[in-house]
Amino acid sequence: MSVDTDTVRRIARLARIRVTDEDVPHLQGELNAILAFVEQLSEVDVEGVEPMTSVTPMRIKTREDGVADGDKADDIVANAPVTEDHFFVVPKVVE
Amino acid sequence: MTDLTDLTLAEAREGLAKKSFSARELTQAHLDAVAKARALNAYVLETPEKALAMADASDARLAKGEAGPLEGLPIGVKDLFCTEGVRSTACSRILDDFTPRYESTVTANLWRAGAVMLGKINCDEFAMGSSNETSAFGPVVSPWRRAGSDAALVPGGSSGGSAAAVSARLALAATATDTGGSIRQPAAFTGTVGIKPTYGRCSRWGIVAFASSLDQAGPITKSVEDAAMMLQAMAGPDAKDTTCADMPVPDYRAAVSRGVRGLRIGIPKEYRVEGMPAEIEALWQQGQDWLRAAGAEMVEISLPHTKYALPAYYIVAPAEASSNLARYDGVRYGLRVPGRDITDMYEMTRAEGFGREVKRRVMIGTYVLSAGYYDAYYLRAQKIRTLIKRDFEEAYAAGVDAILTPATPSAAFGIGEKGSGDPVEMYLNDIFTVTVNMAGLPGISVPAGFDAQGLPLGLQLIGRAFDEETLFATGRVIEEAAGRVTYPQPWWG
Repeated sequence: MSVDTDTVRRIARLARIRVTDEDVPHLQGELNAILAFVEQLSEVDVEGVEPMTSVTPMRIKTREDGVADGDKADDIVANAPVTEDHFFVVPKVVE
Repeated sequence: MTDLTDLTLAEAREGLAKKSFSARELTQAHLDAVAKARALNAYVLETPEKALAMADASDARLAKGEAGPLEGLPIGVKDLFCTEGVRSTACSRILDDFTPRYESTVTANLWRAGAVMLGKINCDEFAMGSSNETSAFGPVVSPWRRAGSDAALVPGGSSGGSAAAVSARLALAATATDTGGSIRQPAAFTGTVGIKPTYGRCSRWGIVAFASSLDQAGPITKSVEDAAMMLQAMAGPDAKDTTCADMPVPDYRAAVSRGVRGLRIGIPKEYRVEGMPAEIEALWQQGQDWLRAAGAEMVEISLPHTKYALPAYYIVAPAEASSNLARYDGVRYGLRVPGRDITDMYEMTRAEGFGREVKRRVMIGTYVLSAGYYDAYYLRAQKIRTLIKRDFEEAYAAGVDAILTPATPSAAFGIGEKGSGDPVEMYLNDIFTVTVNMAGLPGISVPAGFDAQGLPLGLQLIGRAFDEETLFATGRVIEEAAGRVTYPQPWWG
């Protein structure tokens, strides 16, 4: 399988990465090189094989559903580019 | 007195215990070496004040007889580990001046053991790379050069800064991470020891995530014994990481001198790849001879799905990365580039903040997870991963204790030499290491010799899940037979 330029633009949109017209051809070439490389996986017989979900045979740990941490609003917004009174500020979303 | 920066971690600990020097002197010697080695670009942030304060605290504990197992020993921290109050960037522009309000579990464990932080170390952006050339801070230059040449070589990646720092004596040891070979390949390129423990041995909490089902932390050190000491402190259960194993950490240092008598070492025929340089083949043979002479038995084994590990990795890892890196949106931390509306802001921020290799992988990951392609790519790759793991399980069930392979298909290459046109050329570096991550097993790279141009080469040992001890014991036998590595004399200042 290989991707055309429209698909490259569609993937970039899904990934929320702006691409310019100049970016598209080289990205297309690089993505197709990777897709060509992984193409060999189609020759493997995977009939009846379970997909891996956990690499070690472990049960995911659970804990009581209680508050273990909190009161850290200062810490949480400390690294944000724009904040106001412990809120993250973003461009207007609702008209 | 020999230069304090030439000591191993174990030797430095002994010197501190005997009061031959203080933690402050040991730390200052390293800080001086770091300041003179900026041409290597191994550190992205030096923290001398913090280092000296930690060293003084160590000297006080040493004086009171309250020393931890790594008390007063100065180390470097890969910039993928979050360190409280100290800028942590994953060597990406998108994290900007991100300064965590918390400490990663692994580094917290190291400080609790008494280690001293010298600074934050360069790596590939989000640990995506095999040469440390994708870092937003620029490439790391290896302290190693080919005989009779001053061409700049890569230290490997993604933990290239860690490997360069240790082999240039800019730290007694360094933390690193390994998703497809990022500890073992740079260790092999720089004559250092690197171990990626079993998945779940070290907590991933507070380490910037790349591919969560593959990422593991581990150390890069000057010796196998040092690697055992470092991993001992780094590993252990952690309630904050649900995939971190609730298992006690064995006494790794005790395992180092255990020997290999009676062990069965598997030699996988699929690792004899086409076009493998004769000196790699000879090194592998040499490793087998050394282990045989020390009393181990070599057994030919087959791991039939080996060749599919790398292509399957280039589906699984980017898929997980595209999901993990969705958090970098210009809202909660890091870089923000303004836009017309919120979507425009996201797209501009991510276009500006991510480098080329990261964009490529996020886009591949987005594609293989997108509607209509999930089954053909991602689901198939996860099934193949099951087969890769089964290959190893069958070999171990047949009585093999560990597996010996080359660590890399070649010695270090030049900066700018690989992958500029075809990304796959660079990816092939990880052909021998990536299987281990896909199966969640432990793997160690140990320096075993040199190529014709005087560059270090490594051998890899792969163990059973949670059996790092056999890797330390076997690695020590190879290290002893190969002899202690003489690191390059400082041409860098």
